[in-house]
Amino acid sequence: MPTVGVKRDLLFKALGRTYTDEEFDELCFEFGLELDEITSEKEIISREQGDSKASGASDIILYKIDVPANRYDLLCLEGLVRGLQVFKNKVEAPRYRRVSPVSGAPQKLIITKETAAVRPHAVAAVLRNITFTQERYDSFIELQEKLHQNICRKRSLVAIGTHDLDTISGPFTYTAKPPGDICFKPLNQTKEYTATQLMSLYKTDSHLRHYLHIIEDKPVYPVIYDSNGVVLSMPPIINGEHSKISLKTKNVFVECTATDVTKAKIVLDMMVTMFSVYCSQPFTVEEAEVVYPDGNTCVYPELAYRTEKLSSEFVNRKVGITESTEKIAQLLTKMCLRSQVTGVGDEIEVEIPPTRSDVIHACDIMEDAAIAYGFNNITRTTPRTYTIANQFPLNKLTELLRQDLAAAGFTEALNFALCSEEDIADKLGKKISETKAVHISNPKTAEFQVARTTLLPGLLKTIAANRKMPLPLKLFEISDVVLKDDTKDVGTRNSRRFCAVYYNKSPGFEVIHGLLDRTMQLLEVKPGRGEGYHIQAADDSTFFPGRCAEIFVRGKSVGRLGVLHPDVINRFELTMPCSALEMDIEPFLGHTAETLLTHDVPMQEVITHAFPTQNESRQAPASGPTSTRTVFGDVSTPAGLKALNDFLADKSYMEGFTASQADVLMFNIIPSAPSLTFCHLLRWYKHIQSFQREKAILPSAKCQFVLPASVLPDATNATSDDDDDIDLFGSDDEAETAEAARVKEQRLAEYAAKKSKKPALVAKSSILLDVKPWDDETDMAKMEECVRSVSMDGLLWGQSKLVPVGYGIKKLQIGCVVEDDKVGTDLLEEAITTFEDFVQSVDVAAFNKI
Amino acid sequence: MADTGAVETLLRRIEKADDGVDSLEVATSLGVDHQVVVGAVKSLQAVGDMISAEQRSSKHWELSGEGTEIAEHGSHEARVFGSIPPEGLAQSELMVRRSIEDQVRGRLLLVQKGNTSQLEEKERNELKKRKLLCEVTVKTYWITKGSSFSTTITKQETELTPEMVANGSWKEKKFKPYNFDAMGVAPDCGHLHPLMKVRTQFRQIFLEMGFTEMPTNNFIESSFWNFDSLFQPQQHPARDQHDTFFLSDPALAHEFPQDYLERVKKVHSEGGFGSQGYKYDWKIEEAQKNILRTHTTAVSARMLYKLAQQKFTPVKYFSIDRVFRNETLDATHLAEFHQIEGVVADYGLTLGDLMGILHQFFTKLGITKLRFKPAYNPYTEPSMEVFSYHEGLKKWVEVGNSGVFRPEMLLPMGLPEDVSVIAWGLSLERPTMIKYGINNIRELVGHKVNLQMVYDGPICRLDS
Repeated sequence: MPTVGVKRDLLFKALGRTYTDEEFDELCFEFGLELDEITSEKEIISREQGDSKASGASDIILYKIDVPANRYDLLCLEGLVRGLQVFKNKVEAPRYRRVSPVSGAPQKLIITKETAAVRPHAVAAVLRNITFTQERYDSFIELQEKLHQNICRKRSLVAIGTHDLDTISGPFTYTAKPPGDICFKPLNQTKEYTATQLMSLYKTDSHLRHYLHIIEDKPVYPVIYDSNGVVLSMPPIINGEHSKISLKTKNVFVECTATDVTKAKIVLDMMVTMFSVYCSQPFTVEEAEVVYPDGNTCVYPELAYRTEKLSSEFVNRKVGITESTEKIAQLLTKMCLRSQVTGVGDEIEVEIPPTRSDVIHACDIMEDAAIAYGFNNITRTTPRTYTIANQFPLNKLTELLRQDLAAAGFTEALNFALCSEEDIADKLGKKISETKAVHISNPKTAEFQVARTTLLPGLLKTIAANRKMPLPLKLFEISDVVLKDDTKDVGTRNSRRFCAVYYNKSPGFEVIHGLLDRTMQLLEVKPGRGEGYHIQAADDSTFFPGRCAEIFVRGKSVGRLGVLHPDVINRFELTMPCSALEMDIEPFLGHTAETLLTHDVPMQEVITHAFPTQNESRQAPASGPTSTRTVFGDVSTPAGLKALNDFLADKSYMEGFTASQADVLMFNIIPSAPSLTFCHLLRWYKHIQSFQREKAILPSAKCQFVLPASVLPDATNATSDDDDDIDLFGSDDEAETAEAARVKEQRLAEYAAKKSKKPALVAKSSILLDVKPWDDETDMAKMEECVRSVSMDGLLWGQSKLVPVGYGIKKLQIGCVVEDDKVGTDLLEEAITTFEDFVQSVDVAAFNKI
Repeated sequence: MADTGAVETLLRRIEKADDGVDSLEVATSLGVDHQVVVGAVKSLQAVGDMISAEQRSSKHWELSGEGTEIAEHGSHEARVFGSIPPEGLAQSELMVRRSIEDQVRGRLLLVQKGNTSQLEEKERNELKKRKLLCEVTVKTYWITKGSSFSTTITKQETELTPEMVANGSWKEKKFKPYNFDAMGVAPDCGHLHPLMKVRTQFRQIFLEMGFTEMPTNNFIESSFWNFDSLFQPQQHPARDQHDTFFLSDPALAHEFPQDYLERVKKVHSEGGFGSQGYKYDWKIEEAQKNILRTHTTAVSARMLYKLAQQKFTPVKYFSIDRVFRNETLDATHLAEFHQIEGVVADYGLTLGDLMGILHQFFTKLGITKLRFKPAYNPYTEPSMEVFSYHEGLKKWVEVGNSGVFRPEMLLPMGLPEDVSVIAWGLSLERPTMIKYGINNIRELVGHKVNLQMVYDGPICRLDS
């Protein structure tokens, strides 16, 4: 919020009355300003530079007033007074007019095409017959500075130059030249410099050095000449000494050069509307012509008045008041928005002056009506919005856990989400590249290099800062860490973690372990493998070798605990042994009855504003299978998609926990993005889509889900046939093993697919059957075909092989998986022995519960 | 427990003496160490008003170890003299006298016999300097009968024991009184962090008011949702490197709802939805930049956008979570802090409704005197700063910011035109610092926290 300093007595003189500080503060509050400070030049200098420097300074009382950032019309004494006077109904808002020169043609500013490369826009105007006093002059300079700092974005968008018109002669040329070719005497200097020299001169200037970067690297610098070749200015850096304005200046040429023409027009309007009050014809501004490189001409300043029509009902309804149309028009007029009732219904016509560039919508007008009415006069009402409150489930779980962890004797810490790379990597004995950390591009200090990927460093630093406290120190924190995650629109996600440390003369692994047990008790997870939780030894460079364990819950790793490595302890400037626990708590969320809110927004039509990468085009999909046949059926049919959808219901990827070629292959054969009915499939599809760029480098597939088009249903038989003829004991044959492996994979994949469709708690067994033929002439292939033809609900055939028995006789060893309550071994044996032409006997070689 | 014999003897002595006895005298006459008598006095005092003991102190002189040795064997000089054989050395011939008077020993013997007063001050000090004498302060008790004096003492029990409870012997026993002035034993317990305690209370208030919690677990946000969707122009100072943390990895966000993005682009660059727009060249590259969110309003924008994608139903949302600013740090400003935010979306909400709901919210915090100042915020219009009257400071202080979301923000999302969305926000740290009297924010948040402060923190009741 910009702050404007005005001399109190000057302000009161202009306002036509005096106020006590309290009264003026109150007036500001009502109008949306803030009387920030009452001070004096002397006070400011003595505060900033010490009493000795302040001795000669003025002790005239200054008001420092905070002005809303969009009200450029209040950035100087003139504007403030005008706004407040109109607000208090003391004067009417002035009407600003653009006029032609009394004699002769308007001043001309010609823009050449060279400016396009650096600062393409310019606008100009003339303040004719102006009378400056020291105060007015100071205010004039000060307003330029305020505009430069605010709307002009430190001169990068717009730069203002003001010149004594009587020292120069038009037409003026706005061009751009190589810095070596620009040479002039800049403001407040005694000799001429080239632009190159000026740039090095101003490197040390406390004020100007902040603007050098705007043009420094450009091949050409912008410059404005008059018709005699006098340099008016080199925007946005400095004006020329020659055209410098003084108290005696009568006619001012104002130019604004810009990269944003809209803002240039606003800035020019502000300069001339504020100071035209001191012209012999107050509130008139003499026009200037700007000629563009294409020959078009525009006349400035625009000083555009815009009218908006709105209904008083709109204002009443939005503010919550019931005022008459006339009253609302009056209220708006108080805010410099001259308004009148049109007589059509409750319509009001509002005129928006050039000084109010902040008014861009009817809601801005409505706000002004509310301000004029007085915010604090509005009746406070209660909306009848009926809603049922829900907690965000993750926060609910966090809140409940925190309470009980404190009850378990641990004290809650609260650490920063930002930290140094060292904290999350080196100090923990890790490499930064392993951390999946999000990196900050503009940290002011090393404390803000990355977002934390673990809560542990924060807790260790808390202990280090509290070493004087009695031991043991038992701390915990439940909070978010940030990890890279390509599935999210921003490429990262938060992960809620629970971390605890125990710091004492002995490592106290049992204490931290006990806390884990207690936490699991709170989360209703029982100890044990399978559905429960267990810990098992793990290697982790943060922990002391042999003193670290990984925590598994329902078979999935959720975190680690252990005794910290002495090096880690030392790096955090600690001296005692320490044990720690860190785990994810999101896996414990479970299902909630309430609708889950998430900040992920629906992306109906996703545009991937891909960063152009070199390998994008290279990655044509591998000349993969064109078949849509998969172990789930044909994925070009709804049934196939349904099966795949069911398979993916509890999986992120086709196999394992990372994307692989198995995902890519499946993705490639799915004809189009699946519909919403297959929500799991759709999620997977979108996720795999995000790997588009790196799909070639994904790990290879372990299982085959996609079946080649050429694979015939009886392909396996043919293979067995060959074996039989050529190599009696050839089960090690390379070709055969490869083929067997392929078949095995396929079966496994099929099995995995089948299994996934079933409810989780079906008891199953894996059976290995020995099927013996009558003699060495029995067609083993045929026999296998027969065996495999046995089909029952709950039976799935697995791999098979021929095992030599002796005398050239081989037996068929075939595996299958059965659901215990549907298929019994007797049933199976009976069914196989019916093929009595081939089968002599069937034995169960192995039987295992799965 | 003091020796019972000493206690009984002492009691008999006191019984005989009418005006009391001196503990040191008793000790001397009994031939026991003074400390034994003092112990007896202490244990009698603990029993009750059996005796009253007045502490007195007296000073006397005693010989030091070396002094005692000298008193016994003579001064070092005398001993040297005495050990010179009669035949002597060459020096002995110079000896004028064959015998000496051992003055030091004589003086020390005087002290040893208790006749210190016969020594002159100067002589005493000289001996003191030679560390042969030392002045000892003796604390003694002048013991008189107490109000419930008796020569027999019933032994008092310290604590009730399981046996006493079982056999009923507690009925006959007398119990030692407790010292209620002493502090108890501190319980062994864990503690919640003060800021989190205050957060819990704020959550509670929102839940009481029927507000649903927003999922704010996304610290990283794209500039699009953090700024552009809120109609905050791309040249806005808040989007500067000086105010916002940008990311280098992952630097850009890559997915946006396209239709919506186009509408946002249009309203910024050309206007529409009744707005003039900002009329500048809106760039997708700027919107793609990933940042650490500067306010939780980014999440509100996502939630409102989602709300607009379904049939509109009124909602009340809240969140309390971290936000990040790349600002200059001082005693009250950190690079990250917690923002509390409330949002209500419904048909026909007014500015009066916003003030009413703020009044209810702040009343639950114990703040009843409120007033509102017009303010500016790029995404709300009207915007109001909320001030409350601080009874301690006797002035109005800013407690929060509020406003009605601009149509340029809501309409591109697809919300119905007659729906208004009112919102307010405040920081969690400031009320907490005031509540717990903390002046430096680093003592509250981050690893430099003073754990003693956490241990000692009271429960948090915001309205009292």
